[in-house]
Amino acid sequence: MNRAGERLLNGLVKENPTFVLMLGMCPTLAVTTSAMNGLGMGLTTAAVLALSNLFISLLRKIIPDRVRIPAFIVIIASFVTAVQLLLEGYLPELNKSLGVYIPLIVVNCIILGRAESFAYSNPPIPSLFDGIGMGLGFTVALTCIGAVREILGSGELFGYGLMPDSFEPIRIFGQAPGAFFVLAALTALQNLIKEKRKSAGKSYRKIGSGCSEDCGSCSDMGCVRRFYGEKQTGKQGSRDKRQNEERDGGQDENRDERRKGNRDGKQKETRGGRGKGDRNEGQDDGGVRQDGGRDTGTDGLEYVDLEEEER
Amino acid sequence: MENVKDLLVLLVTSSLVSNVVLSRFLGLCPFLGVSKKTNTAAGMGVAVIFVITLASAVSGLLYRYVLQRFHVEYLETIVFILVIAALVQFVEMFLRKAMPALYRALGVYLPLITTNCAVLGVALTNVQKEYGIVAGIVNGFATAAGFTIAIIILAGIREKLEHNDIPKPFRGMPTVLLTAGLMAIAFCGFSGLL
Repeated sequence: MNRAGERLLNGLVKENPTFVLMLGMCPTLAVTTSAMNGLGMGLTTAAVLALSNLFISLLRKIIPDRVRIPAFIVIIASFVTAVQLLLEGYLPELNKSLGVYIPLIVVNCIILGRAESFAYSNPPIPSLFDGIGMGLGFTVALTCIGAVREILGSGELFGYGLMPDSFEPIRIFGQAPGAFFVLAALTALQNLIKEKRKSAGKSYRKIGSGCSEDCGSCSDMGCVRRFYGEKQTGKQGSRDKRQNEERDGGQDENRDERRKGNRDGKQKETRGGRGKGDRNEGQDDGGVRQDGGRDTGTDGLEYVDLEEEER
Repeated sequence: MENVKDLLVLLVTSSLVSNVVLSRFLGLCPFLGVSKKTNTAAGMGVAVIFVITLASAVSGLLYRYVLQRFHVEYLETIVFILVIAALVQFVEMFLRKAMPALYRALGVYLPLITTNCAVLGVALTNVQKEYGIVAGIVNGFATAAGFTIAIIILAGIREKLEHNDIPKPFRGMPTVLLTAGLMAIAFCGFSGLL
C-alpha cells in the first residue's frame, strides 16, 4: 500500500505531467478557458488514465511486445469512448463545452507514455495508482491554469465574482491568445527554475522538455526517452537494450549537446539524418510491423529507435 | 449536396477565421517543434495538407458507408485513429515505391504527422458538424492550409528573432509561445472577414 501512496505523490508533485514534465500541452491550452472546464477535462483524463493503466497492466503478459502500441491505443480509445458516452448522458453541458477535445484524449501524450513506461511493466495496483496520481496531477495543473485565466479574463472563479468592481477584466486571457501567453509565462518560470537548479548543481534533467524545450523534442526525444530513463523494471527484448543505453553515463551530456545544437539552428540537419535512419531501419526490419505500431499514438513515440541508430 | 458558396465560406472559415493551431490548438506540437526554418516548415505544411485531405476523405467515406450503415457510430474514435495510423503507413510505403521524388521531399515529415492530433481532430469535427463527404474534404484541406500558413509565418518570425537579445529565462520556447500568442491576436482580425 505504501507503494501506491508513493505513486500518487509522484504523479501529483514530483513528476507532475504539466508543470514538471510538460506533456500533453494541446488539451492544456485548449480547454483551460475556465477553472471548471480545466477540472472537467482533468478528471476525464484521469479516469481514462487510471482505467487504461489498470487494464494494460492486467493484460501485460498477454499483449505481444511487437504490437503493444496498437493494442494500447485500442484499449485507450475504448475507454475514451465509454467516458464520452457517460459524459453525454450525465453531464451534457460539460461535454458540449469540451467538445472535440474529449475524443482527442486518445492522442494525449501522457496516457500512452504512462502505459508504455509504467503500466506495461508493473503490477496492476501500483499501475492503477500511478494512473490516478498522474491524472490528479494533470487535473490540479489544468484547474490552476484555468483559474488564472478565468480570474484575469473575467474576474471570476468557478463562476463566482472574485475581483473588486474596479478590476477591468482582461478579456484576451479568456480567448485563444491568452492561452499562449499563460503558457509562455509558465515555461519562462520553468526555465528560471531550471537555471537555478543547474547553477546550484542539482538535477534539472527531469524538469520538462516535452514541450518547453521545443516540441520537436516531443517527437524525437521528449516523452518516451524521459520515461525510459525513469523506468525501474524492464521486459525482455529490444526495450531492455534501449534502457541500458539510456542508463549510460555519457548519455546525458550527449543529449544536452544535441539539444544545444538544435537551439543553434542545426535542427534541419539532425532531422534529415534521422529521417534517413528511419528509412534504413524500416528496410532492415522489413515491413511495417513494429514501426507501424510505433508511429501510431502520441507525439513522441517514434524516433526513439532512430536516435539510437544515429549514435 | 452543398453548393459552391457554402464550400467557399467553409474554406475561409477553416483556414483563417478559426485557424487550427491558433484558435483551436490542434497540432501544436509540430507547430512549435518544426518551425525553426521556413523551408522545413513549408515541407511539413505540404505533408500535412496531403495527409489531412486524404484522411478526411477516407474517414468520411468510412463513416458514411460502414459506421452509419451498421449503426456503430460510437466506434468513430477507435476506428478513426487506427485508420489514420494505417493510412499514413500506406501513404509512406506507396510514395516510396511510386513517387520517390515526392517521398524524398515529404518522407521525413510523414511519420511525424500520424501523431498529430489535428488529423484526428479534423476527422472528428467533420462527423460532429455533420459535413457531407465533399464538405469534409474541403474542410480538411482548408484546415491543413491554415496550419501551413500559420507554421510558415511563425518560422519566418523565428528566423528573424534568432539573434535578438532576449532575457535569459524567455529564450527558446517562451518567446515562441509569445509570438504564437501575438499571431493568434492577429488572426482574430480575420473574424471580420465573414
